[in-house]
Amino acid sequence: MRKTMLRNSRLPWFFLLCGAVLALASIAFALDGQIGIHDPSTVVQSDGKFYTYGTGGSALVSDDGWTWRRGVTPGRTGLAPDVIHIGDRYYMYVAANSGVTKAAVNMIWSRALDPDAPGYKWEEGGVVASSDGIEDANAIDPGVFLDPNDGRLWLVYGSYFGYIRLVELDPKTGQRRNPNDQPRNLAINCEASDMIYHDGWYYLLATHGSCCRGADSGYQIRMGRSRKVTGPFLDHQGIDMLLGGGKLFLGSGGRVVGAGHFGLLDLGSGVQKFSTHFEADLDRGGASVLDIRPLLWKDGWPVAGENLKEGTYEIESVRTGTALELAVEGMPVGGRVARGGGRGGGRGAPGGGRGAPDAAPGGAAGGPAGTGGGGRGLFAGQGGVIPSQDAAQVSMNWPAGNIGARMGVYLLQAQQKWNIAAAPNAGGYPGSPYFKITVAGTDRALAASADSELVVVPAFTGAPEQLWRIEQLTDGTWRIMPKSVPNSKEPVALSAVGSSFATLSKFEPGSDKQRWLLKTP
Amino acid sequence: MMKFIEGTLMKLVRNLGRPSLGPLTLTAFLLVAAANTAAAQGRAPAEPAPVVPAATLMVPATPEKAPDAAGFIQRWLLLEPIDANGLTDNVVQATVKKVYFPNQFTVVPQDGDKVTVGGAELTWHAVDTKNYNVNLFHFARSLGKKTSNVLFWVVTVVNSPQEMHNVRLAIGSNAASVWWVNGEEVTGIYGDRQTVIDDGVSKRLTLKKGQNVVRGAVVNAGGATDFCVRFLDADDKPLKGFTVSVGGVRK
Repeated sequence: MRKTMLRNSRLPWFFLLCGAVLALASIAFALDGQIGIHDPSTVVQSDGKFYTYGTGGSALVSDDGWTWRRGVTPGRTGLAPDVIHIGDRYYMYVAANSGVTKAAVNMIWSRALDPDAPGYKWEEGGVVASSDGIEDANAIDPGVFLDPNDGRLWLVYGSYFGYIRLVELDPKTGQRRNPNDQPRNLAINCEASDMIYHDGWYYLLATHGSCCRGADSGYQIRMGRSRKVTGPFLDHQGIDMLLGGGKLFLGSGGRVVGAGHFGLLDLGSGVQKFSTHFEADLDRGGASVLDIRPLLWKDGWPVAGENLKEGTYEIESVRTGTALELAVEGMPVGGRVARGGGRGGGRGAPGGGRGAPDAAPGGAAGGPAGTGGGGRGLFAGQGGVIPSQDAAQVSMNWPAGNIGARMGVYLLQAQQKWNIAAAPNAGGYPGSPYFKITVAGTDRALAASADSELVVVPAFTGAPEQLWRIEQLTDGTWRIMPKSVPNSKEPVALSAVGSSFATLSKFEPGSDKQRWLLKTP
Repeated sequence: MMKFIEGTLMKLVRNLGRPSLGPLTLTAFLLVAAANTAAAQGRAPAEPAPVVPAATLMVPATPEKAPDAAGFIQRWLLLEPIDANGLTDNVVQATVKKVYFPNQFTVVPQDGDKVTVGGAELTWHAVDTKNYNVNLFHFARSLGKKTSNVLFWVVTVVNSPQEMHNVRLAIGSNAASVWWVNGEEVTGIYGDRQTVIDDGVSKRLTLKKGQNVVRGAVVNAGGATDFCVRFLDADDKPLKGFTVSVGGVRK
């Protein structure tokens, strides 16, 4: 497993606003295993595995979407393939240049992607789009799109020399529906286009900038949207992509340079991700690599999310605003302070009034001058800087053995801070490894119990019920799911119950009870 | 940006379209590609470009031409390409500051005028573009000239009916470019990039009443090359109310 330091956070602003703030020093993850590829096709699932294909016949396969290995070269190789699953067929579109702008996109198809599966055999389907070397197009970099509204199948293609173009395909055969139909021009000055649909809009995502220059590659994914699949596709400023417009979706950041070749990976239940490649991964010697990240939506535009990074978080319910905590009695940060400023006193000790105007600076209960003490009385504080509370200060009072988990008003207390770290050698899911969630500063680990409730066990053992799948939903909040529940195959997610309790229950995409904010404490 | 692939790799890329590429060929491709990042994308081979009429360019047919609806200047004098290499800031600055022909920074040429650069005779061509941008790839290809690793000089004359203050020159280019208005360098963009409207924008300028000369130098490394130019007003809206001309046009 590889870890990289996040040096240049590119979090969407609303992500910051909604409180899911990531620490700059937190740990970012790239996919694990053999992820070297250029121009990857949209990641597709087949028989429980994930597949992608790149330029030059490269192929990657993964059992879980996290750890990848080399796959088998498909029956036709070339430039920047794209793949779609329709019915019982997987259609692959792959291009080749035979001149400067003379090129063709060929289709091949197979009933399976696993070479060991009975239906695995690539059949030639012929040319579906081409450019003659003279016209304003270069027929490479295909992107295939099935319109969820009417089931029509479309292909976008093109690369810099002229236009990104659109032709219609036959979803029954994968071939061109009517070869005599003239391609429609959708964009210019870009390549590696793909189309998606969301909430009444068609989105054309295409790659601008330069590829193939390692860390000097300006590759970046930009987009426009249209009410019609045929365009016009305008960016957020109203500039037509035919005039070079395009709202930035994803560029360089962290330790990776040059994003290109967007592909939608819809996992259902409100979880969308996208595949891309980066031209240079600085932690892999500048190699071109595959990545999978969350796809979010904001104000009618897709936003590139970030996979969860290791760190210490408050886990706050979107529904209730209360925070997940170990079910123990909390100790106020800085110790108990009686009303009126007396430390350790009993409840109800007479106070000094509400900010008496004649309170002396740095009074008995207030801090010394210059430390911000508010004077004598209820609001005077206790003087000096109060250190953050960590488990070492208070955990001696916690019971041994299993302890429940519940929700409470967040008060910066140790039992409310959770450390989220990748679980070693535990596998993962598209884009991320499984995580362990422990009370920060302890080995006490959050786990699913056999009755689909929460329990905090004394130590992390790596058991499946202690492994957590944490994924960003399309609104930027997080879904937190145990890898499994003992004696159950039902997938469940961390869920708020009332304001003060949490449980595990089936994920409901339309509800906020299983949506969480991860805030840095 | 698409890069041309040279030599051995070009031959390998030609094979990419064949079904069931052999493992040795594939391995060779990957090895070469790994050694040549520009080729890793496996783009177009470096066959000589065919001479193709420039479908987006026309010979000007009127003395003056207004900008298009979005304010883009569509009439230019283009000099046939000069060999040039490099797109970084310093290299491009050095490239465009090198003197290739007399009065390089002041001349307003006529269509058909010729200059000699490095022993080669190059011609100025007056063109109108049908689009918002001027496709230099089309221009050079139509003349059987190089499109990669070249420098294009471009000039036009803006006829302003009155003095216009607080305007900005706004340009986009593939790839790097440097621009002058009335002899003053006003903006430049560098690196391997594609044409984006209003990519480079000058500080506020004044267009004098009468003729104003806009001059540009566009440097391309490989692949497509073009540029677009317009002026923005004080509200960053496209400036109109002027015409452009390029002098007499050779028939």
